[in-house]
Amino acid sequence: MELVTFFGVAILAVASALGLVLRRNPIHGALFLVVNLGCVAVLYLLLGAEFLALAQIIIYAGAIMVLFVFAIMVLIPGKEETGPDPLRPQRLLAVPLGAVLLLEAVLVLRSHVVGGGSSRFPGHQPGSPLAAVPPAVRPGGIESVGRLLLGDYLFAFEVTSVLLLAALVGVLTLAKRKAE
Amino acid sequence: MTPMLTDLGIAFGRVAFVMLFVLNMGGLLTWVERKQSAVMQDRIGANRASIFGLRLFGLFHPLADALKMLTKEDFLPARADRILFTLAPFVSVLFALVAFAAIPFGDVLQVGGREVPLQAVTLNAGILYVFAMLSLGVYGVMMAGWASANNYALLGGQRAAALMISAEVAIGASIMGVAMVYGSLDMMEIIRGQGRPLFGWLTWIPAWGIVTQPLAFVLFLTAGIAATKRIPFDFPEGESEIIGYFVEYSGMKFGMFMMADFVETVVIAGLTTALFLGGWQVPYLAADGFRFPWGAALTLARPTVVALGVLAFCLKVAMACWFLMLIRWTLPRFRYDQAMRLGWLGLFPLSILNVVVTGVVLLAWRSA
Repeated sequence: MELVTFFGVAILAVASALGLVLRRNPIHGALFLVVNLGCVAVLYLLLGAEFLALAQIIIYAGAIMVLFVFAIMVLIPGKEETGPDPLRPQRLLAVPLGAVLLLEAVLVLRSHVVGGGSSRFPGHQPGSPLAAVPPAVRPGGIESVGRLLLGDYLFAFEVTSVLLLAALVGVLTLAKRKAE
Repeated sequence: MTPMLTDLGIAFGRVAFVMLFVLNMGGLLTWVERKQSAVMQDRIGANRASIFGLRLFGLFHPLADALKMLTKEDFLPARADRILFTLAPFVSVLFALVAFAAIPFGDVLQVGGREVPLQAVTLNAGILYVFAMLSLGVYGVMMAGWASANNYALLGGQRAAALMISAEVAIGASIMGVAMVYGSLDMMEIIRGQGRPLFGWLTWIPAWGIVTQPLAFVLFLTAGIAATKRIPFDFPEGESEIIGYFVEYSGMKFGMFMMADFVETVVIAGLTTALFLGGWQVPYLAADGFRFPWGAALTLARPTVVALGVLAFCLKVAMACWFLMLIRWTLPRFRYDQAMRLGWLGLFPLSILNVVVTGVVLLAWRSA
């Protein structure tokens, strides 16, 4: 059952990713990305990471991509792509960068398959049923994620939020200056 | 019966109850909206649909509406985006329908030696699930506005999207206080917490969310009405004068957008019930019967208690729907900028303030 769901969702994820890259229509591309993000959320759910899956949907699919689609709708009124891409030469860079990424993915996968993979969470063995684990230590449950974010990784968490705030203020300043 | 079949039957029953409840409530609400507005405006309201002379206060009008919309021409504008135009109403209605799945409608029931929590899906972070589904509903209106190839529809879609985003931010922020008070994102836990009595000389009051988080209740209700895109926040469509995102839609596709709005009303009413009105809790009803604070008691069997809880939940949702309609027909429409200002400068900062105050009070409470 889980395997069927996994392959169904995985195929859908790859198909939507291909759709994002291959469709010329920007709105279609953005909506394919939404489908892709939803598929990744389902994959998280299959791994037992309930909170991560819901956060993925709320933040990426429900907030960031809504803004993307919104911006595309406002800025590109026509159905077709507007003019030739000014960044066309950069496309050549995609081939070596993609190769590096592929190599990296293969290396990571290999080391995990050979090393057997280990769980960061105490009290949880990989492969054991999730229902047997108490919620406080269940990996991916909101309790354990919250403990990690506001405990072990508090500094990184706060620094990230300050960074986001700085970006927000910066954008506001730039927008204000243009209006004058 | 084999255990496998029992499990399947239980799962089917849980989902079917929620599905039928939401769909029927949504259909019924079209009638309630007409009749209630008619009574409030001193009119008679829709009462002409009849089957063999039976009129039943116009209760057959939802049926007549459905028949009419299903038999109308399904029109596709010439320059419309064929796929997205067809997909948009489905997306709208789908996310409104599935949002109710995490809202519990009753306590845990024992069936054939199994403990069955009465909600369609049991989720550790149920509130986040409902919130995620509500936030995805935006795609339906944006796709509709864009795919219609009509500038007025596009503008309407953008108004709708802006309204829904600002409403959802306020909904999320106002729910945070409730989650803090009851210490969980699991709806079942939150409702259990609301069954406990308050403190001190107030022990005769159950600790419902409306008592512990009154500000969040008002903020949530306001944002909830905005999220359903109906009067007083109906500027995305503006039936009578401005043109909305579904201007190019006809027949049942148009009906599905209307249905999405009504189903969202039911979802908001269900959330209000679960988070602020005690869910399936009946005051003074413990697991084994009534236990009144003045000493009286009435012992009841477990299934009876659970059934009373389900009944209480349905009644509370109906009451919440009625109240939402009452507000809808009392207030005039907000202008676009007024609603945006209300959402971002009113509801959102107040929700954050509520979270801060709740946190400070909880900290002081625990250290005391």
